[in-house]
Amino acid sequence: MYEILCLSALREGESAYVKEVSTNPSMARRLTDLGLVRGTRVTCMLRSPAGDPCAYLIRGALIALRQSDAQGITLERQMQAVPAGVVAT
Amino acid sequence: MSGECPCVALAGNPNVGKSTLFNALTGLRQHTGNWAGKTVATARGQYHWRGMDYQMVDLPGTYSLAAHSQEEAVARDFIESGQADAVVVVCDATCLERSLILALQVLELTGQVVVCVNLMDEADRLGLHVDLDVLTKRLGVPVVGVSAGRQEGLDELRQAVAGLVGTDAKPTPAIDPVQRVGLAERYAAQVVRGETADRLRRQRQLDRLLTAKSTGIPLMILLLGAIVWLTVAGANVPSALLTAGFAKLGEVLEGWLSSAPVWLSSLLLDGVYQVTAWVVAVMLPPMAIFFPLFTLMEDLGYLPRVAFVLDHAFQKARTCGKQALTMCMSLGCNACGVTGCRIIDSPRERLIAILTSSLVPCNGKFPTLIALITLFFVGGRSGLAASLEGAALLLGVLVLGVAGTLACSRLLSATVLKGMPSSFALELPPFRKPRVGQVLIRSVLDRTLFVLGRAAAVAVPAGAVIWLMANVTVGGTSLLGWCTGFLDPFARLFGMDGVILMAFILGWPANEIVLPVMLMAYLATGSLVEFDDLTALGQLLTQHGWTWLTAACTMLFSLFHWPCSTTCWTIYKEAGGIKWVLLSIAIPTALGLGLCFCLTTAARLVGLA
Repeated sequence: MYEILCLSALREGESAYVKEVSTNPSMARRLTDLGLVRGTRVTCMLRSPAGDPCAYLIRGALIALRQSDAQGITLERQMQAVPAGVVAT
Repeated sequence: MSGECPCVALAGNPNVGKSTLFNALTGLRQHTGNWAGKTVATARGQYHWRGMDYQMVDLPGTYSLAAHSQEEAVARDFIESGQADAVVVVCDATCLERSLILALQVLELTGQVVVCVNLMDEADRLGLHVDLDVLTKRLGVPVVGVSAGRQEGLDELRQAVAGLVGTDAKPTPAIDPVQRVGLAERYAAQVVRGETADRLRRQRQLDRLLTAKSTGIPLMILLLGAIVWLTVAGANVPSALLTAGFAKLGEVLEGWLSSAPVWLSSLLLDGVYQVTAWVVAVMLPPMAIFFPLFTLMEDLGYLPRVAFVLDHAFQKARTCGKQALTMCMSLGCNACGVTGCRIIDSPRERLIAILTSSLVPCNGKFPTLIALITLFFVGGRSGLAASLEGAALLLGVLVLGVAGTLACSRLLSATVLKGMPSSFALELPPFRKPRVGQVLIRSVLDRTLFVLGRAAAVAVPAGAVIWLMANVTVGGTSLLGWCTGFLDPFARLFGMDGVILMAFILGWPANEIVLPVMLMAYLATGSLVEFDDLTALGQLLTQHGWTWLTAACTMLFSLFHWPCSTTCWTIYKEAGGIKWVLLSIAIPTALGLGLCFCLTTAARLVGLA
């Protein structure tokens, strides 16, 4: 069972895998150069004092992205500890 | 391909130690900084290996060769042009997966490649093992492990490069960028072994401390404050010693020149010598303290964190977060800040950064600011309390400069350079222990003496000009009197006087000489005072009608006025047009005059001055 969220919703210390990159084309290219493509694991590491930008761990490197850009990146992650009795739809 | 002297190009991601490797190989002292974009132009050097000279070109650090930015285009063009007999792709052993993406891309352009896995020592410390043999097999080109900082593996690298010269290896077929990332991932998985789970825990803790909501900004101000305080407190004593020394030397020179005509000895001593001595005595100590401290921060990798913390403000100003980095460079030298703007990809945001680069005070303005703060706002006292107070005020001036930068950037974003902020990604490289000894030597020798030399070179003719202007009379008034008299009514509107404005104009070639020129002009029209310390300087200024308001306005105008000639020339080259140079002159000048006018008018209305 998977949860879909966008990169800007990832909280500090959380990780997820990239499902889709739908930023503007030049940003998507730059992210590819940094190794962020479909299937890449991303961890939110730091939040700046204003909460924007955040820094993410991408293939061993710490990369700061603005929230407006992070919104264009969709992630998926396994739902944690689903309580018994809850049926997935 | 280039005949007798083979050419070797260095390519690689930013922050993989490319410049350190370049220096280690060539013995040059190109300055390295721990942040993306330090090498904005290609540097060239040479090394000798087994009877052959090799020409080495350090390409800008890039994440890609797709030519999306100026730096990528430079790197790509050079590799594609075939000028290089070998391309050394520098990879980071601690972040191999990412480095390999670029290595694979280079391999698609040329087969003449040596892959250099740098920072092997750091990987070792982190418990990572890189299997170079497997990587050699996978990539099909020589792979060498290097620790450039410790000078390890350099000969193996030179040997591998030598082995490539004269061969003609074919590039690999081009593949899709996303596929390339997958390939890099696969290779890295086969080659790197070791526990990576929380290998960077201490780094992360430091990072969290430096960027958290509660501590990030206070720590940033505290750190900057500490640097400023050390500069203010530390500069006093050597400044006084140098001034006294120069006074003694002046007496000796006077003895030697006693047989020369009076006008000549006066020109040389009162004009050239005094201004130059002042420049050195007042400028050298603050620079010799500030530059090394700032370089230490740079080496540590703190500057990208500053950009990270300040980015939100730049976002509000609708500009690029990397502008915080160029702004920090401008603190050292505005012209360096302008060149540094090449790291900003969007042309609009780059122009904004260039145009606002002179709104933070460069090192050349520090001595003037420190002297005026000490004289008029700390009351010439000395001691810990006074130096802390002085540092706080100087810090305030710096913060005002940053505020001016943000405000003008926002204004430009809304008018001449309309637009919204473009996307950007900023790498926060790992903290690295600065090499203190090297930093001290490099920053004192390379930066301080270079800037000082330039200032002294300007001070000599400026001293002569100001002496001539003070001593050549037309209609009973000296030329200087005519000029300052002409400027005076205008300057008074802004809380200054004709001499001050004249000094700023004559100080166009270098900000360092503004205060000395001012003193020369006052001395030429007043009584000659012996300068042993700052108190004498304070007396001279007060004699000429200076109040706290004059000092405040002079400081404001020193902070915000036209960029120095070197910066103007750099802006002309970087921004490409006289239009931008004029704008870069108009913006700070208008801001400075506006603030001075408001302050003066307000103070006079309230009756404070």
